[in-house]
Parts: sequence; structure tokens; C-alpha cells
Amino acid sequence: MTRRLAVVSAGVGTPSSTRLLADRITDAVRSQVGARGEDVHVDVIEVRELAAALATMTTAGGLPIAEVERAQEIVRHADGVVAVTPVFSASYAGLFKMFWDTFDPDDLDSVPILIGATAGTPRHSLVLDHALRPLFTYFRMRVVPTGVFAATEDFGAGAGGDQLARRIGRAAVELAALMVATPDAVEGFVPTGRPDRGDGFNVTSITPFTRLLAGHDGD
Amino acid sequence: MQFGVFTIGDVTPDPSTGRAPTEHERIMSMMAIAEHAEQVGLEVFATGEHHNPPFVPSSPTTMLGYLAGRTQHIILSTSTTLITTNDPVKIAEDYAMLQHLAGGRVDLMMGRGNTGPVYPWFGKDIRQGIPLAIENYHLLRRLWREPVVDWKGEFRTPLRGYTSTPMPLDDTPPFVWHGSIRSPEIAEQAAFYGDGFFHNNIFWDKGHVAQMVDFYRQRFEHYGHGRADQAIVGLGGQVFMRKNSQDAVREFRPYFDNAPVYGHGPSLEEYMNLTPLTAGSPEQVIEKYLTYADVVGDYQRQLFLMDHAGMSLATVLEQIDILAEQVVPVLRAEFDARRPADVPSDPPTHASLVAQGPDSRYHLVRPATLPEDRATGAGSGTEAELTEAELTEENA
Repeated sequence: MTRRLAVVSAGVGTPSSTRLLADRITDAVRSQVGARGEDVHVDVIEVRELAAALATMTTAGGLPIAEVERAQEIVRHADGVVAVTPVFSASYAGLFKMFWDTFDPDDLDSVPILIGATAGTPRHSLVLDHALRPLFTYFRMRVVPTGVFAATEDFGAGAGGDQLARRIGRAAVELAALMVATPDAVEGFVPTGRPDRGDGFNVTSITPFTRLLAGHDGD
Repeated sequence: MQFGVFTIGDVTPDPSTGRAPTEHERIMSMMAIAEHAEQVGLEVFATGEHHNPPFVPSSPTTMLGYLAGRTQHIILSTSTTLITTNDPVKIAEDYAMLQHLAGGRVDLMMGRGNTGPVYPWFGKDIRQGIPLAIENYHLLRRLWREPVVDWKGEFRTPLRGYTSTPMPLDDTPPFVWHGSIRSPEIAEQAAFYGDGFFHNNIFWDKGHVAQMVDFYRQRFEHYGHGRADQAIVGLGGQVFMRKNSQDAVREFRPYFDNAPVYGHGPSLEEYMNLTPLTAGSPEQVIEKYLTYADVVGDYQRQLFLMDHAGMSLATVLEQIDILAEQVVPVLRAEFDARRPADVPSDPPTHASLVAQGPDSRYHLVRPATLPEDRATGAGSGTEAELTEAELTEENA
């Protein structure tokens, strides 16, 4: 079975160290899912390319814009997500937040996610736990315990580089395990599998009017 | 097919002069626009209802009452009437009175309002928006159809032996539309009663509009009011026209760029690409709006927002002339040509509803008997719960 991995990279430059980290994490996740006998399909979303569309959408009352909707679809239908942002002013990049702001809380229910961040210095490393983790907890996503933070110095050889590689490996193991996990209850006996995830705007789930009117019909 | 204009009644400075009209000027210009719309042969004038600046139309029935006395043919409608924050008893009385004064030329559109703070100003809770719309409208229907109403609901003080006065003209309540941009519950409500469904459309892309209208159509058929393609659908739109499309764009851009409704966000081009907004030649307007019959199916009412963003009255009247002379006749002919014979070309009017007689479904308080009820020969009333259970199963 092919598992779908969505990679959201919010680097603002080209080349981008954020994308570099996202790619390393992606490779690790790919090989970990592969080690569990499953195939991986990867879609990378460069948030930078959506910058203008996100600004338009935000200032036009949520007017749906095709390129943003395509990116949302990819994330909604993913079995796992890797989200990596640069650190600006002690938090995630504004652009990164703008992308997640276009989702409803129900859209991403229980999707496993691996969080990563890049910064110039290791002093920002807690950004994963004070900024990114709460954001995705709000979306009721399953944030894997290991976050991947990379300061500039971690990209080189030496102790920092080794530690980063180990962290990437550990986080990938955690994400892969969730991506290939199957519901552990017998289908039909208890609610199993994925909870109802929103699918953006769709009107396929119907509350019959008789139920909407119940208690309001004045009798 | 009915064509008309709808206004939101915004007071916005004209970007070419920097001057905003006074509230009085704006109100009187809206009246001039409505009278002009009738003179050029448009069929509907509809006004919004707002209780916050920069909008002036807080009292639609007063405005429409004035117009009822000054016009002969045009249908006077709303876009929208706030079913959430207004007392349904007062809506029943106000619009029945208006209907008498206008000789039946009245329908109205229910809406929940677009501004959060309006709810607390009128003692309501925005989180109850949908339940308020459902309960209040059900009471409104009963007040217009039952001579004496006993009522005990969640949101207003109970009624005992209440008779709404005046009763609707010819004992025939005005036709009602339900306006909603993205709440399926409201489309479901419109379908349940067999009322019309209006999608404002002007800030939305085709895909979303199509999804909402299609949902309403399916449910209209489900509740046994006719086939899905026979459901009563209306759309909004907005255009600015000049003979030359470049002239239209150049002249309209400052209005677009400065209007609060468009909000200094997306560019005019982006907006035109995504929504029904068209600044261009009449031919371009025709071309774009013809596609909407493909998007939502054959529909019955198209309203255009013409007076907004600080545009001068003279310009608006000129635009309405172009619309009525060069756009509407072509759209009407093309829409007529493609519409199957058994799909209604117009929404119900006072005359058509009177002609259906007092026993028609429209006059019943609960006209929606479910198809499965009819199949099993069961009536309404006690079967409601059974029906609900069946539906739950169906949707599980």
C-alpha cells in the first residue's frame, strides 16, 4: 500500500536551509516507511510559492483560491505530515502560520505530524515545543515526540551534525510507525479508523431538517 | 427569468472626489435607483438590512413601503431580512402590511446577517445563529398561515391565541428565499419548505456556489417538491460596463481598490478571475453570466449589485441602463432557449401562488411530506420521528 506523505516547507529563500532539512527528514521517513513494507508517495508544498495567494485569501474573507486549495487537499489526504519552518522573532515564520490558518480544526483530526525548525543559533531550539507543538495540538494532530531542530552549525560535520542525523532518524521512526498503523479494533464493533475529518467545504453530510427543527417547532 | 438589482446600502466616499454622500442622500439615491430599475424594465429591487455603519438600510419595510407607493410593477424584495435578530412576529406583521400596500409585489429573503456584533445588540447569541433561523422562520410561517397561533419556543416569549394582523394579502404569504453562502443547514431549510434558495455568489468561486446549489436541489427533490432541476434558485452578481472593456476596468479600478467590501486585498484581476465580478464590455458580462446556468443549472432570478463602493448616482443609473438595454435581453433569450419546458422560468409570484389555491402545499404549515411517507401512505405529524430515524439510517 502506498502511504501519502505531505511535506510543508516554509523557507523563504532559495536555496533554503529549511527545505534542506525538510528533504533530509523526508528521505528518512521514506526509508522508515519502506522498512515497514510500504511504499511512500511524497508531495512537497513550498509555502513560499503560495505567499501571494495566501495573502489574497486571508484578506478576501476566505475566498477559495485554487492553488491554496490544491495544497490543502494534499495535507488533508496525507497519512503523515512533515512541517518545517524557519524561526523568525522567536516563533514560526508568519508565512507558515498563514498556511495553517486556512484550515478548519476538523480538517486535520488525528493526522500524524513531525515538526521541524531551522534557526541561526541553537538558542531557539525550544520553539518547537512552545510554538509549533501547541499549534498542531490545536488541530488535534498527532505530533511525534521527537522534534527536529537544526541550527546553522548542525548542518556541518562534527557533534552537531551527528546529533541532528540521530534526531532525524528517531523522529522518522516515530512518524513512520504512525503512518502505517492500522486500527486495532474489529471494524464495525466500535468506531475505528480515522475520525471524521473535514474536507474543506463540503455539503455531503446532511442533518435532516426534521432534526434541525426538533424542539424549535413551537409545540 | 427575473432580473433585478440588489443593494447593500453602503455609504462610501467616491474615490474620484473623496466625498461621501450624507445618509439622507444615500437613502434617496437608493430610492431613485429602484424607481429607475422599474422604468427600464427590470423585475426586482431588493435591499439589504444592516444595523451598523457604513450601511444605511436598517428599516427595509419603511423603504419598500415608500417604493410600493411610487412604483407599479417591480417586485420589492430584501437581501436579506434578518431572521435571527428580528422578532418573527414583527416580520410577519411588517411584511404582510407591505404586501397589502404593494398589491402583492413583495417577496423576501431570509438571512442570518454578516456581522457578529449585531447579535448581542439585539440580545441574541451568534452561536445560536442556525437554531434562531430555524425556529424563528417556522414561527413566521405559522403566523402567516394559521389564523390563531399558540407557540412556545426557545427564543421568544410564548404566544397564546395570537392572531397576526394584517394577515397576508389574499391569505397568501409572500414567497420566501433563503440566502446562505456556506451553511448547508440553510439550504436544507429552503429545500424542506420548498422555498427558494439564493446564493449571494459575489464573493465566491463557482465550485463552492455549485456545491451549495446542487445540495439544495437534491434536497428539494428529496422533500418531494419536484425534480432537482425544478427547484427555485437565485444568484447575485456584480458588474461594471463600458463599451470598451479597457475603459470599464480603468474607470472601475479606483472604486474596487477603495471599497471596504473588497478590502484593499486581492487585485481587481484576481477578483474577476475568481468571482462573478466583471468590469468589461456588455458582451463580456453576457459571456460570463451565461456560464452560470451551467454552474448551478437553469435558475430563476439574477440580481446585480450596481450601487456600491461610492459610485455616483448618475453612474449607477447609467450602468442600470446598459444592463437593461444590452445585457438582460440577451441573457433572457439565451436562458429561455436552454431551459427545458418543465423547468419554471420564474419564481412563484403573488398571482401564481393565489392561483394555486388555498389547499396548495405552499399554504400548508408543514408542506414537506417526505417521499418515503407518501410511499408507505403515512401522513405527517407522528411519523416525523420515524422519518428522522430513516434519514439517520440513510446517512449513517
